[in-house]
Amino acid sequence: MGYVAVKGGQDAIANANELVEYYRLKGRTEPVRLDQVKTQFRLAIDRAMGEGSLYAPEHAALALIQVEGDSFEAAFHLRAYRTTLERRYYSEVMNTREMIVERRISSTFREIPGGQILGPTRDYSMRLLEPALLQQSLGSIDTFLEKVQGYLEPEKLHGITTFGKVIDLFQAEGIITRETQEGDNRRVVDVTREAIKFPAPRSAVLQMLARAETGGLMCMGYSTMRGFAVGHGTIGELRVGRVPLRVVDARGRRRYLGRIKVTECEMVGGAAKRRAAKRGEKNGRSSSKERPTLSVGYGLCFGQNETKAICMGMVDTALRSPDPLSPASSQEFVLHHTECVEGYGFTNHLKLPHYVTFQSELDNIRRVVKAGEQKPQAVTG
Amino acid sequence: MVAATKFQSSYHYGFIDEATKKEIRRKTLKAVCIPGYQVPYSSPEMPISRGWGTGGLHLTLTLIGKSDVLKIIDQGSDASVNACHLRRFVQMMADCAVTFDTAQATIIQSRHRVPEEILTNRQILVLQVPQPEVLRGVERFEARTRQMHGEADYSKIWVSLYEAYVRFGATMRGSGYPIKVNRRYITTPSPIPRWDTPNLSMAHCLYLFGAGREKRIQAIPPHTPVEPLEFEDVKFRVEEFAGIRCSVSGESRAFMDEIFNGEGHRRHVINDSNFLDKLTSGERPPQRVFVNS
Repeated sequence: MGYVAVKGGQDAIANANELVEYYRLKGRTEPVRLDQVKTQFRLAIDRAMGEGSLYAPEHAALALIQVEGDSFEAAFHLRAYRTTLERRYYSEVMNTREMIVERRISSTFREIPGGQILGPTRDYSMRLLEPALLQQSLGSIDTFLEKVQGYLEPEKLHGITTFGKVIDLFQAEGIITRETQEGDNRRVVDVTREAIKFPAPRSAVLQMLARAETGGLMCMGYSTMRGFAVGHGTIGELRVGRVPLRVVDARGRRRYLGRIKVTECEMVGGAAKRRAAKRGEKNGRSSSKERPTLSVGYGLCFGQNETKAICMGMVDTALRSPDPLSPASSQEFVLHHTECVEGYGFTNHLKLPHYVTFQSELDNIRRVVKAGEQKPQAVTG
Repeated sequence: MVAATKFQSSYHYGFIDEATKKEIRRKTLKAVCIPGYQVPYSSPEMPISRGWGTGGLHLTLTLIGKSDVLKIIDQGSDASVNACHLRRFVQMMADCAVTFDTAQATIIQSRHRVPEEILTNRQILVLQVPQPEVLRGVERFEARTRQMHGEADYSKIWVSLYEAYVRFGATMRGSGYPIKVNRRYITTPSPIPRWDTPNLSMAHCLYLFGAGREKRIQAIPPHTPVEPLEFEDVKFRVEEFAGIRCSVSGESRAFMDEIFNGEGHRRHVINDSNFLDKLTSGERPPQRVFVNS
């Protein structure tokens, strides 16, 4: 009996795997090529790399093809692949001031040094379906590319390299501080190599948020603006571009690895101000050290994923003012529940059989009902 | 275009990279040294979903060698789809022998059951754990529960048992009944039925518990006292199958599955599939059965 049943399970798995592949292909269209996904599904790849915690555009493209575009599964595949790789190096601290900027905006000022650069964004596009796309061919794409490239002025391009940051202005004025909070744990942990412990140091918080599921993080970030935390921050600066990455090799030499594209967001808000003011009140006077400062919430993620970087900035701010009444201000709530692979896996584990545990519960209820001491409120089937 | 070497087609032995395997082994040793204590570990993502046995896989894949004989069960059954799936994955990655025979296995990975047959000192039972924190029901924050364990402050869970008794006349704990390991840590043995709980105490085998999603490893080493929480006057009880016999083997002393057919008629079958196979073929494997007082 045992063997036959096992065979049944194995066959079912094999058939299900084959069937899902059949569903992927049954439309009988040209297979989607890796280079097509890599170039034309740029944002899906950026999202998969961010949530999958692995900067590997080709692998992300392969994952997306394989899972029919499901963002959870794509991130999951990248994470699983990551487990097979040895961690040989930690990069040097990335300096986003070295970013070759593609897009850069600030909501705090009308004009910023270096200027606002709208860059590639769909923010001001009308969300209307574009049937004209159906007529596109390689020929029409070439014409379009030539037209856009015709706008470029190579000699001007060389002049543009990097930009200073908007928060540097605040820093010069002394209304934000470089000071860390008291009790801040400065150790840089690696959340992929050790379990997170609470209260989590800031390095762990930022790593977890950078890997978080975009939608989950948006839920948290959005809640902070609707009365469940500190309030509505302002985007000090949001920038997208490529940043150089370096490691120090075994012989102590700095090695340049290349550039990765990231989105960085600095949310400026009033949380630190409020706290500093409170502390001033308590002492009955306001010394120069306790003068109000702006808080800066930091967001950074792989690729171009502005929603995620902004929400990360908001949540970072919220997390630095713990408040049991607002979910986004609780480390354990935010970090555990925006973790995409864990949330996705555990939600789907409900599909596994639970008849042993259920039997065990049923036994309790039946026994109590039988004893007739007191009826539990909900006894079903 | 991408170079073909970019995509690897074979994997490291045991799937996980060697440095991380080492780390998991060290954490496992720590867990064995402190019975019932939850040791945090790296818990790398597996190609199997979180909540489907990743913690068990971490333990199995870091313990296993080519000479090992592996058995994987889910809800007591070798035939469960998830058990088949995990078995195939471990076999692919570890190149080991597999078996359904409880006595033959050197490593048994299980979800929600301890086999009926008594395990020996050459066997390790790896249990998959969805929620390792026994206090989670009474305290939602991890920072607090770690402190409560550190201080052996278990009043809240005792009160919760008492309150359930006052309301319902029973402690109403189903599977994963809270236990005290080695007279120190209160923990949960993963959602095994109460039927299996007494078999954890003073056993010959090593019990390892892997909670992948929550990134914790726990152990109950051989010959460790394990006591289910009970009051002087309200005793721990296993599930009762009074007057019930297995419709296949006719036996009565084992954990039973309740099976309903179309007309609402129900029958019972022994849950442990290998135990049932052995009974029907005339064997009588050694068993430790707890009887409610």
